[in-house]
Amino acid sequence: MKRRIRLILTWTALSAFAVAFIYPFVWLLSASFKPRGEVFDHRILPETFTFDNYIKVWQEAPLALWMFNTLLVTVLAAVAVTITSAMVAWGFAYFRFPGRGALFGVVLATMMLPGAVTMIPVFLIWNSLGMVGTLTPLWAQNLFGSAFYIFLLRQFFLGLPREPFEAAKIDGANNWKIFTRIALPLCKPAVVVTLLFEFQAAWTDLMRPLIYLRDSSTFTVPRGLKALLDQFGFGGEWHWEIVMTASVITTIPMIILFFLGQKHFVKGIATTGSKG
Amino acid sequence: MSPSPSKVPRRRSTRFVETRAALLFISPWLIGFFIFTAWPVINSAYLSLTDYDVINDPNFIGFDNYVTLFEDPKVGLALRNTFIFMVMSVPTQLVVSLGLALLLNAATRASGFFRTAFFLPKMTPPVAVGILLLMLFNGQNGLINSFLGIFGIEGPAWTTDPDWVKPGLVLMSLWTVGASVVIILAALRGVPQELYDSALVDGAGWWRRTLRITVPMISPTLFFLFIVDSINALQSFTEAYTAFFGSGNTTYSNDAALFYAIYLFQQAFEFLHMGYASALAWLLFIVIMAITVVQILVTRRFVHYEGERP
Repeated sequence: MKRRIRLILTWTALSAFAVAFIYPFVWLLSASFKPRGEVFDHRILPETFTFDNYIKVWQEAPLALWMFNTLLVTVLAAVAVTITSAMVAWGFAYFRFPGRGALFGVVLATMMLPGAVTMIPVFLIWNSLGMVGTLTPLWAQNLFGSAFYIFLLRQFFLGLPREPFEAAKIDGANNWKIFTRIALPLCKPAVVVTLLFEFQAAWTDLMRPLIYLRDSSTFTVPRGLKALLDQFGFGGEWHWEIVMTASVITTIPMIILFFLGQKHFVKGIATTGSKG
Repeated sequence: MSPSPSKVPRRRSTRFVETRAALLFISPWLIGFFIFTAWPVINSAYLSLTDYDVINDPNFIGFDNYVTLFEDPKVGLALRNTFIFMVMSVPTQLVVSLGLALLLNAATRASGFFRTAFFLPKMTPPVAVGILLLMLFNGQNGLINSFLGIFGIEGPAWTTDPDWVKPGLVLMSLWTVGASVVIILAALRGVPQELYDSALVDGAGWWRRTLRITVPMISPTLFFLFIVDSINALQSFTEAYTAFFGSGNTTYSNDAALFYAIYLFQQAFEFLHMGYASALAWLLFIVIMAITVVQILVTRRFVHYEGERP
């Protein structure tokens, strides 16, 4: 009996929290279908249901172009960082060479350096290459791998048994073949986690687009959303309905991504913490 | 096996071949490290000793930037804001995510649904979170104040009253604790059941078991989150920048939300004070290092590692 009461209490508390976590989404979504004057009433079902906000956002902002820019940057960033990080991680995990431990120590040390320290000189590099204002600085650095993913993938590679690799070697496979044909397929879960994490990071990033993008036609979705807020919010009279509707549109791709990769996301995040 | 005459040089050459292969595999990182980390670190240290606006050549001024930094009231303000935000948000986030993880752990059935519910906000782009903050915490007709109104409480003007800006940001940050919940939950699942069984035999209640077994057993994870959350809090930017600052228009800027990363960003990319901003970046680096070291020294004694000697 006591056990039962405790279970009911647990479920009630969980449900209350779940409502608190989900409600802002529901409210935002419902507000995006409300006409201007009713945005702030707290009905879940709009009294007057309208698609006007979506049409208006589409007219006011080049959302399709922003989406395309973001998708381009995001895919390039995620694919680039995954391939090169996996290569580097494999280099550290499989081969023995002098200075391996020290070099890997440097990889770990770079994770601790705050981004603010390198932010300005890196901007100056892209500036001297004439790339400021283009999308390239948002992803091209990923061609060189990233410390966090190198760490994550190396841990995974170290957990693999060595026999298949030695056998392939005896069969005459070269290092590249061993990596691409055997190691990479075996480490698919870690590769998926890396892709998902970087996709999310690139899609939601605001600071780099603020630094590198100048023209509205090159904006990514978060940068565009900020511009909409500046224009339709702080710029004068508030047009909450436009800002809200744009927020909904920005968030939806992430929600879809989450439901597609939920298992991997949760697993990946859970293992991130246990490495501490 | 008879020793072949070529054995010694051959072994040396396999080692050479292996090293060469390894270097080829790690070469992307090596190249990237020199271009995007090592050189920028050196350059940043140099720039912090100059006056530089990107258009004209850097002008060497010695330690002037560092002197200015200590006299700049905005630096003090930004440091204070950031520190207060960290002190308020990190413990609340930890307590809330631990509580949610314990609840999830207790309700084994359907915990998948709730885990999804708690994790979903983490997928919301931080810009959208900043916008949601403005709407939910709107002083006149925001959802939070309407909710408080049900209980007859008149909510504050969260987004305009300087005293309430930071509490609002802290509360909003609780919405995205999902990742921490997942991490803690994974740690909870790893606590051996035998410990609870023997505690039950000893007649220890839920509260006692949580305090004496659960929390010590997952303390390495809590410690990890504490350090990482603190470092993140010291660098927080997007939500506060979205809600309180914007493109050149400073009329709505709010001193209470001026976090260090925001001030650094403004100095570098809005005022083009690249030298001064570099000095600010180095101060941030030192502050983060110092706070992290202190946290590690102070909290380490509470962390229990399995297999560690007492």
